[in-house]
Amino acid sequence: MRIKQISVFLENKAGRLALVTGILSDNGISIRALSIADTTNFGILRLIVDAPEKAEKVLGGAGLAVKATDVIAISLPDETGALGGAMKLLDNAGIGVSYMYAYLGKEKENAFIAKVSDFDGAIRALADGGIRVMDSDEVYRA
Amino acid sequence: MIWNPEMECNSRGTIKQLQLERLQETVKRVYENVPFYRKKLDEAGVTPDSIKSLEDLKRIPFTVKNDLRDNYPYGLFASPLKDMVRLHASSGTTGKPIVAGYTKKDLDTWSELIARIVMQAGGCDEDIAQVCFGYGLFTGGFGLHYGLEKVGATVVPSSSGNTEKQLMLMKDFGTTILVSTPSYALYISEVAEEMGIDIKKDLKVKIGMFGGEGTSEEMAKELENRWGILCTENYGLTEVMGPGVAGECEHKCGMHISDDHFIVETINPETGEVLPEGSFGEMVITTITKEGMPVLRYRTKDLTRIIYEPCKCGRTTPRIERIQGRSDDMLIIKGVNVFPSQVESVLVGMQGIAPFFQLVVRKKGFTDDMEVLVELADNSLLEDFSALEQLERDVKHNLKTVLGIETKVRLVEPKSIERTAGKAKKVLDLRNA
Repeated sequence: MRIKQISVFLENKAGRLALVTGILSDNGISIRALSIADTTNFGILRLIVDAPEKAEKVLGGAGLAVKATDVIAISLPDETGALGGAMKLLDNAGIGVSYMYAYLGKEKENAFIAKVSDFDGAIRALADGGIRVMDSDEVYRA
Repeated sequence: MIWNPEMECNSRGTIKQLQLERLQETVKRVYENVPFYRKKLDEAGVTPDSIKSLEDLKRIPFTVKNDLRDNYPYGLFASPLKDMVRLHASSGTTGKPIVAGYTKKDLDTWSELIARIVMQAGGCDEDIAQVCFGYGLFTGGFGLHYGLEKVGATVVPSSSGNTEKQLMLMKDFGTTILVSTPSYALYISEVAEEMGIDIKKDLKVKIGMFGGEGTSEEMAKELENRWGILCTENYGLTEVMGPGVAGECEHKCGMHISDDHFIVETINPETGEVLPEGSFGEMVITTITKEGMPVLRYRTKDLTRIIYEPCKCGRTTPRIERIQGRSDDMLIIKGVNVFPSQVESVLVGMQGIAPFFQLVVRKKGFTDDMEVLVELADNSLLEDFSALEQLERDVKHNLKTVLGIETKVRLVEPKSIERTAGKAKKVLDLRNA
């Protein structure tokens, strides 16, 4: 259930994304999902990849500031209100979402990657509401 | 232990008498042998015979860096070239370098003075000293080398650079004294970490003798934390000899000056007026035993205070307080004086960032714009975007408190600021570029 997300600190200057993606491809690592948050000076690139431990090692080895975090992948049907329903379940359980981004699997299922304040609580609340949380294998190997 | 108790622990009166005699000899020597000084002294109405007391030192005109440049290469030598046995030169980035020439006796003096700072730092003949200063025209390498040998320490002349090998030697040889610039010591500690060497456990280094550039108090603490050693600072400049003018003892309350070889004054840097003993101002140094290239009243541009109270170590020599900054390094940003050492004092030791930084100064329209680049060191902050923004704001706030002006702060990737085996280039001033 715990998906390893890799966060990378990037300065806002030309070529930084090319550097990171280049290192990943040189090491045969595939990106499953990503998001970037940025200010004028720097950004944080968040990545879901098929080999998170290896990605952490090779990116860190290249001198980048890298951090691995546990996130969850919430699987949702493609219908209006699905995400809203999931968010309501978490809110009712008193669980905060720090950030969230879309994940496109190969199946006909949509998912969101979310960083939540209470990992186990989130899984329980979602499961009780009938929403599936994806397995890490499922996400990495999609 | 004290290398030369007779000179280092003597009464002030005895030393002053010695200083006067030596000053008289020096003035006579340059008056007779160096046309540049003869002209300057004549213009000021000073003859060698007119130096009757140390008070008369005031009447001698200052020597400034440009005088040394203008007389490049041999114009200030007071000995014939055949008596000169070594030449060094400053790393002058613009124009001609500054040359220093030494006679055999000068080299003996130099070794003697280095021997004193080695013992001040707590070194002895049982130490293994690794000299990570560049060996070459720079005075640091050879300067420390011969003084350490004089003390009887085992010298490892590893010079600067090739940091992984430095660490290997340090470990295999059991080095106990590290001689380097503070910037390089910081970098070595970083490389050690990358190599999986635990400096405190795997190495036997116990003393750091740092020089070649200033060390802020915060930087000294940072180095002590990283290395687990006694960090001492020493002082010197090519123009008057090189390292060995002064050095800290284990009490770290200022750098003991060998005042039987140098007379030190402080002046008001704007008016040139000599300030009362113990006042804060620009340090001026007169060499009183050098044969090859004596220098009269050299304006060092270093801002400090001289401490005359006796030290707990037993030495009676006056001490140079930690240098507040070089007037040469001073930046004027929006009309406010900023020293890189002030920025260092803010950044070193702050959580979340590495103790490496660079100042970039630009002209935006008519105003100066200073940006401080700091390296992110705490990866756990990546979890929380706002924590990174908060870190930038904290750095900015702390800088404003000390500097009194707004600066821009930019977090940069780890290890992206240039590392050096010598003196760090902390300022990139693009205003006239």
